Amino acid sequence: MNESNTLILRTAALFLMPLQLLFSVFLLLRGHDEPGGGFIAGLVASGAVVLFLFSYGVREARSLLRVDPRDLLAAGLLFGLASVFPALLVGDPLMTAQWWYLPMPGGGTLKLSTPLIFDIGVYLTVVGAILTMVFALSQAESDA
Amino acid sequence: MLIAVLSGFLLALIAPAVCAVSREWAGWTLALLPAALFAWFASYLPGVMADGAQVITYPWFPALDIQLSFLIDGLSLMFALLISGIGTFILIYAGGYLKGHPDIARFYVVMLAFMASMLGVVLSDNLISLFVFWELTSITSYLLIGFDHEDMNARRSALQGLFVTAAGGLALMAGLVMLGTITGSYALSDVLASETVLSEHPWFTPLLLCVLAGCFTKSAQVPFHFWLPNAMAAPTPVSAFLHSATMVKAGVYLLARLSPAMGDSELWTLLLSLFGGMTMFLGAFMAITHTGAKKLLAYSTIMALGTLVMLIGIGTHYAMVAFATFLIAHSLYKGALFMIAGILDHETGTKDVSEMGGLARLMPITAIFTVVAALSLAAVPPLLGFVGKELMFEAVLGAPVLGGLLIVLAVGAGVGVMVAAGVIAIKPFFGERRETPKHPHEAPVSMLAGPVVLASLSLLFGLALFIPEQALVGPVVTSLGGAADKVHLSLWHGINVPLMLSGLSLVIALAIFAFWSRLQPSLAILREAGGRFGPEAGYFRIMEWLTRIASWQTRVLQNGTMGNYLITLVMTTVLITGYTLLSQHGSTLRVPVPALDSGFAWSIALLMLVSALFASITRSRLGAVASMGVMGFSVALIFILFSAPDLGITQILVETLTVILLVLVLFRLPGFIRLSSPLERGRDIVVAIFAGVLMTLLILAATDLQFFDPISAEQVARSAPDAHGRNIVNVILVDFRALDTLGEIFVLALAAVGVYSMINLRAEDQRS
Amino acid sequence: METLMAYVVGVMFAAAVYMMLRRSIVKLVIGLMLLSNAANLLIFTVAGMKQGAPPLIPEGAEAPATAVADPLPQALILTAIVIAFGVLAFSVVLIHRAYEVVGTDDLDQMKDTDT
Repeated sequence: MNESNTLILRTAALFLMPLQLLFSVFLLLRGHDEPGGGFIAGLVASGAVVLFLFSYGVREARSLLRVDPRDLLAAGLLFGLASVFPALLVGDPLMTAQWWYLPMPGGGTLKLSTPLIFDIGVYLTVVGAILTMVFALSQAESDA
Repeated sequence: MLIAVLSGFLLALIAPAVCAVSREWAGWTLALLPAALFAWFASYLPGVMADGAQVITYPWFPALDIQLSFLIDGLSLMFALLISGIGTFILIYAGGYLKGHPDIARFYVVMLAFMASMLGVVLSDNLISLFVFWELTSITSYLLIGFDHEDMNARRSALQGLFVTAAGGLALMAGLVMLGTITGSYALSDVLASETVLSEHPWFTPLLLCVLAGCFTKSAQVPFHFWLPNAMAAPTPVSAFLHSATMVKAGVYLLARLSPAMGDSELWTLLLSLFGGMTMFLGAFMAITHTGAKKLLAYSTIMALGTLVMLIGIGTHYAMVAFATFLIAHSLYKGALFMIAGILDHETGTKDVSEMGGLARLMPITAIFTVVAALSLAAVPPLLGFVGKELMFEAVLGAPVLGGLLIVLAVGAGVGVMVAAGVIAIKPFFGERRETPKHPHEAPVSMLAGPVVLASLSLLFGLALFIPEQALVGPVVTSLGGAADKVHLSLWHGINVPLMLSGLSLVIALAIFAFWSRLQPSLAILREAGGRFGPEAGYFRIMEWLTRIASWQTRVLQNGTMGNYLITLVMTTVLITGYTLLSQHGSTLRVPVPALDSGFAWSIALLMLVSALFASITRSRLGAVASMGVMGFSVALIFILFSAPDLGITQILVETLTVILLVLVLFRLPGFIRLSSPLERGRDIVVAIFAGVLMTLLILAATDLQFFDPISAEQVARSAPDAHGRNIVNVILVDFRALDTLGEIFVLALAAVGVYSMINLRAEDQRS
Repeated sequence: METLMAYVVGVMFAAAVYMMLRRSIVKLVIGLMLLSNAANLLIFTVAGMKQGAPPLIPEGAEAPATAVADPLPQALILTAIVIAFGVLAFSVVLIHRAYEVVGTDDLDQMKDTDT
């Protein structure tokens, strides 16, 4: 995919992308309570990168991402697997959800849990999978 | 205990990193783990000697009654000690043997994983987890035999080993499930303590045959023995560890483990004694027909495995004592001898002992300990092997069935291994010095450590018999259901029948050994005849038929026309499902006219109908893709309208990405053209209408009938209090049904990797 | 509402099967897309359709105040949508690759080219 020459798209992409990425993290974190979650957030985040890719080309998008999307894929699967085992350590059956409440400075508490780790794994896998495909495809396009 | 078993897997994960850091010391570094495990298992010994068995349980899938529980008693502890103890020396040895090998890290990974699986097999208390570990040993063994994966022969041997053991594994699984069903528990400790008399149950014979099929294939009993000598294609540390000291004993372990529960049946005694005896004799006989050091040892291992199976079959008190003693003795000397065979191969560059000679002056230490280990193999006093052999004769004399036959077989086997021991100890080291492809030196310390320690232990245990008697043999006999206080090992029983039998076999062995070189050609002819007509030939014939049948049925069923498959699939579904639907609910099925309640929903439905129909009749690709877009967004609207916000958002996002995907790929394909004739189109339309009508009727029936309450009521109720989440859909995805989701993200990842590799394949094509 | 959707889903299945029976590979892709949409809607419809009752629990509450739409089929469909996308991408690329290698988009001719 050659980069687009439209000035409007390029400018808009530059502003929209960070917002979209931020929004995807927001969706991911609130997913347990409100509509959202790993799948949706992952789709939004990959949509953000794909928008950037369409306006600036695949090479720019790659260097923006810094990591290979395949690494994201692997990291996502590892996160998913990692959430399986903590239960075993405290003597619960495999995959039982574990919750940890960490007191934060300022009086609040931080809720951490294996479902959250798992959701992050889903998020990373979705982003990694979609970007792996799209990058590969547009690379082939621009090589051809 | 959990950590002890799993630590091998964990270390396997980081083994490549350890290899990269510690380089040629990797073997020594990694050996620290089995050494620590050995010490740790040894710390259980006093407890087991005093109180007997312990069971340690961790929940795994409690809903399916699958626990990760470990049973620690004399039997499992002895195996655990052998595995971790010999494993320590094997890792050190491998560091020397495979020094500088480019794939050494991979070797350590699989080896550690194997060791952990083997510990899992012998320590598992749950039948299911035992089976899982059992299969893991088959798989790791496959990877290790085929370690030299560029060698055709190694690959073939690896596959053969996998086929034989995995086929047995399937039978074993059936057997274990039957066992669990009969006794009502999958815990070994419960099975053994169960009141049910297994041998009187109607399923006993199939159960026994299934379990035996699993154990016999794994432990290389006749007629499944042929894979073991072929497995010698593996690097020597593997042969020494897997195919002599540990994995092949998994079958023996399981038989011994189950013998208190099943051993009272006559069929068990008969089959085990018969097959064990035959294996013992054939193994010993085949051993002397070979000149390759490793093959020779492999056959003598088969002989030992046969002996062990036979002893379990005999099942008397003497047999149990003999079983434990012989097992320890064999693991010690066979581990040592295999490592020595590796040293010889490594130093001289040939595997054939008839090409070696006079090495004793160049490799004095190796020579001394070879002789010690070989004497134990040949069962010469005062080594532990002698004690084992004497007990074995004693047990055979008291055998309940087939007594005469077993004595003949036992003496024959005794002769065979004595000759084999002579060949391995005397041919390479003494006599005339012969030129070998490489100029031999004394082996490095890492390679000598194992043989020296193991051979010395054979001698030490033989001289100080109270150590194995108290620490190992007694507890093992207890866990086999015998009385430990009656165990007494000694070198000298006075002049009795076993001693005379030993003497007899020694005399015959000396005679054969003197003429061994001259007998070789005629033995080789026998060996070849065995190869042509033996069970291995049967294996090849089965494999050949398998491929022939597979290609025949592929030609018949898969004729390559996609349309035919699809029509077959759709029409089969329509007929079977449709028949069931109409015959069961035909009378209650109503086909109502939809009510005109919501105008908005009606217009969305209309939009979907139009886009579906338009997509199927249009001749323009763009038109079809656009109508698919309309379809996708309409579906999203339906989701949002009917209380599924998460689905709506997901559908819209995916729809957007789909358009991008189609833009990137689909428009580089040719446009639509009519390829099919009107007749074909007519046929397809009929098939399609059938499918559509069936689906409509199914939905109507399903919304009408409600057989039971939806299971989600509990999920709704528990979402906030137990799972701390207010979005129930998300809670189901990441908590209640996380295992499903885990599987699904793996599918997604596979699809992505597939796309990536297909595109990169193309890049390579274009470059070339 | 379920009755209306039953007919719509039936038509979608029919259209999907018809498209998948075409010999042109591009039509096969369209058929696949129709099929996955139809399957998702089938599950959604069979579970019962409710307006204005998303399976969410209000803040501070332990359970939804009124009966909500069944969340389990929704969770199943959500993953199905994403998986369908992955499979679609895979098949599209596979088809494209096959077209490049074999040089035809006719499924009936593809079977004769053993490359």
